Amino acid sequence: MNIAPHLPALQVVVPLICAPLAVLLRRGTPAFLVTTLASWTAFAIAIALWLQTAAGPPISYEIGSWAPPWGIEYRVDRLSSFVLLLVSGMAALMLPYSRASIEREIPADQHYLFYAMFALCLTGLLGITITGDAFNVFVFLEISSLSTYVLIALGRDRRALVAAYQYLVMGTIGATFIVIGIGLLYLMTGTLNMADMASRLPDVRATRPVLAALAFLTVGISLKLALFPLHQWLPNAYTYAPSAVSAFLAATATKVSVYLLIRFFYAVFGADATVRALPLGEILMALSIAAMFVASAMAVFQDNAKRMFAYSSVAQIGYITLGISFDSVTGMTAALVHLFNHAVTKGALFLLLGGAAAVYGGTALGRLAGMGRVMPLTSLGIVVGGLSLIGVPGTAGFVSKWYLILAAVQAGQWWIVAAIVGSSLLAIAYVWRFVEVAYLRDPPAAAPLRREAPAGLLVPACILVAATIYFGLDTRLTVGSAAGAAAMLLGGGK
Amino acid sequence: MSAADLILWALALPALGAAGIALAGRTPNLREAVTLASAAALFLCVVSLLPGVLAGARPEVSVLEPLPGLAVAFSVEPLGMLFALVASGLWIVNSVYSIGYMRGNGEAHQTRFYVCFALSLTAAIGIAFAANLLTLFLFYEMLTLITYPLVTHHGTDAARRGGRIYLAILMGTSVLFLLPAIVYTWVAAGTLDFRAGGILPATMGALPLGVLLALYMFGIGKAALMPVHRWLPAAMVAPTPVSALLHAVAVVKAGVFSVVKIVVYVFGLDALAGATDWLMAVAGFTILAASVVALKADNLKRRLAYSTVSQLSYVVLAAAVLAPLSMIGAAVHIAAHALGKITLFFAAGSIYTAAHKTEVSELDGIGRRMPWTMAAFAIGALSMIGLPPAAGFVSKWYMLSGAIADARWVVVAVIAASTLLNAGYFLPVVHRAFFRAPGTDDAQHPHGEAPLPMVIAVVLTAAGTVALFFVPDMPLALARGMLEAR
Repeated sequence: MNIAPHLPALQVVVPLICAPLAVLLRRGTPAFLVTTLASWTAFAIAIALWLQTAAGPPISYEIGSWAPPWGIEYRVDRLSSFVLLLVSGMAALMLPYSRASIEREIPADQHYLFYAMFALCLTGLLGITITGDAFNVFVFLEISSLSTYVLIALGRDRRALVAAYQYLVMGTIGATFIVIGIGLLYLMTGTLNMADMASRLPDVRATRPVLAALAFLTVGISLKLALFPLHQWLPNAYTYAPSAVSAFLAATATKVSVYLLIRFFYAVFGADATVRALPLGEILMALSIAAMFVASAMAVFQDNAKRMFAYSSVAQIGYITLGISFDSVTGMTAALVHLFNHAVTKGALFLLLGGAAAVYGGTALGRLAGMGRVMPLTSLGIVVGGLSLIGVPGTAGFVSKWYLILAAVQAGQWWIVAAIVGSSLLAIAYVWRFVEVAYLRDPPAAAPLRREAPAGLLVPACILVAATIYFGLDTRLTVGSAAGAAAMLLGGGK
Repeated sequence: MSAADLILWALALPALGAAGIALAGRTPNLREAVTLASAAALFLCVVSLLPGVLAGARPEVSVLEPLPGLAVAFSVEPLGMLFALVASGLWIVNSVYSIGYMRGNGEAHQTRFYVCFALSLTAAIGIAFAANLLTLFLFYEMLTLITYPLVTHHGTDAARRGGRIYLAILMGTSVLFLLPAIVYTWVAAGTLDFRAGGILPATMGALPLGVLLALYMFGIGKAALMPVHRWLPAAMVAPTPVSALLHAVAVVKAGVFSVVKIVVYVFGLDALAGATDWLMAVAGFTILAASVVALKADNLKRRLAYSTVSQLSYVVLAAAVLAPLSMIGAAVHIAAHALGKITLFFAAGSIYTAAHKTEVSELDGIGRRMPWTMAAFAIGALSMIGLPPAAGFVSKWYMLSGAIADARWVVVAVIAASTLLNAGYFLPVVHRAFFRAPGTDDAQHPHGEAPLPMVIAVVLTAAGTVALFFVPDMPLALARGMLEAR
């Protein structure tokens, strides 16, 4: 049987099947092997799909051969293939890491549950990205959200339970809003297929239910992507979740939500109905800039490295949504490039912090004094990641910042240029808090002597650190895909 | 070996040297041998590019293309050649000096020190040979970052504070002003390449042009134009060899080099006509104000730091005059000031190593115990003041000629006043050293000259300062080459 035409379905089905398998196996090691294999397969499929869409037209796959708009359609275009590549790639890298990581953080009898939940979370994220059906989006969103709550609650710190509960409440509100929005759209258009919806919406665009749907969807998705000021769940969730989970969520979950926002704004409603007709672009821009400053300033005053970088995530998401709000090809390119680059950077940072937590038993800045001497590689990696957050040339973050500033200059909005570079100064401030702690303070007498994190933790992290530099120097993959997707979304014009 | 290969080797050699130094960290003698070998190899490499460049060749090489249409590319033009020669040549002398200083003072973390030092040379060469603004920016930021561990070498609270100011100002200005300026240039010109005659479109209005110039001038914090000069005195917490090479040669010269390069190759001298009056005012103010601070400073390194701030603004001022002769003065001053100031810093470090003295007021009669060091100091001081037979005279001559030719009398007055101020804060040091009787407690702390490598180094750079006065042909030829292609 030729499986090539069924790759879009397999992209989701492979990790989905893996989850019950992991539960049935009931033991850590076999569950780990199955999940890792599934994630690598998913990554391979994503690469194949990415190559297909980079060269050819979008792929439309009919689930169960039911033609859309009645059946569920999976749609792989330049945008979704780019996000699929990111999500599956991160999972493929972080699963090997998670084995060494959860050994220290999760009781052995729960390991298989961790892998099952991880597989479900991956399924959900890939599903949201690939599906062309609005209700299917909601289903996968719930799969990923519910598994995420469990993953966060597995954290060793008891506060992980509170963090998971907080996220559960906020996430449920978000999901409810999203399903209300989708329901209203179904009511007005009579279809759930997103492409079909897009073609029918212009007729009913100005009606109140459609506007209400847009409002519900915007707020609901913004909650999931932690747009300031709906970000309250994020710092706690990232801080207290197991290291591997923090890294995976930071690299993928919010990014997929950003993708969803772009899909609804530009592909379903269309830019004419959203950012151009309504002051949505301006609102998004204002909130993004507020995020860049307020969250960065919060990051400067955190005493825990993990929490510091969690706040930094909120700020960096602000850069992504700022790019969206420009409503230009360059702006969208900036948003998509940063979506990818920030995922790589923050993934690397959280993986490295997981290694530090394994050696030091925590990531409070006070404990990490003199870390540069104890864990030279890990510290250097964190510095490189930090430089990427600042946007130093030679790192991935610079490429994002370049396009972001370019978009602002092209739009003639100099005060936004000032906001972008001004908030970068705050990034210097919080990154340098780590640098001074790690390199300019003496290790306490009781500190471990030179001891790097175990290879299982260090190697995946170093791969991502290398990627942070690689994507700063060779941007054919990132800028190429992002520019292609942006041109597709905005019709190549403007 | 082709010229393109030579460029890549010039970039790779210090980096390879850094790797070698790290590997040889456990055997100090081998480690220092690696430093010296890579410094010598780098200098040879740079020198072999010189004949071609003097003959008019402009070798180019492109490495990667991180952004569509924007490559990391290198191209050797005369001004970059001059900067690369100065930086790589003085690295050899500085390495000899560092060995004496670091061992003489029993400094810790010496391997890290030499590794960062070597890497900072890669960054300096990258800046010198950058073919476009993107490449320049890449290596400019790399230089800031790689010198940060050198500035904070001692790891004390003072070092941490100095490092904070150093990083905040250098990185802050480059992110706040330089990066937007580069993006704006890209949008306006569609290219970031350095081209003779400038790249900005002739249609650009006076206001955008002025704003862009301001963004560049204050964005290049390494040129230490007031009020973004504070990092320079703050960085003096570093060990003296760092102050010597980085804050008399590589870092600050990277700043003024970028200023001249951007004025000549991005704006073009003709496009800027009339737009630089405010820049002359700021540079003139910096020259005088920094000299006044230097006059009052008792700490020798602090005095030298403010003297550097003042001297850097000579280059900016000369560039702002826009006359061809003053541009030549600006280019030659990059070399002349480097030689003179490194001599002065070497002398200050020798005094600290041999006599453990840091204040000017403690130097009475020290010339009798350290004749070589203080004689070299005197030559460096002459160069700063701009008197023969020191290199500073040559560059000042061209700067004044350019200003007079353009009838810029205020500029002439500023240079004249600054000459007096320079004499006012350097000659008393020389006078104290040679003509005052040693203090009473000096008899209990006998000392002679600093360790031999340090004396050799300081004598070499002093000799270079004099030599550049008598044979300034090569820098002058390069400076003219910079203008010829217009």
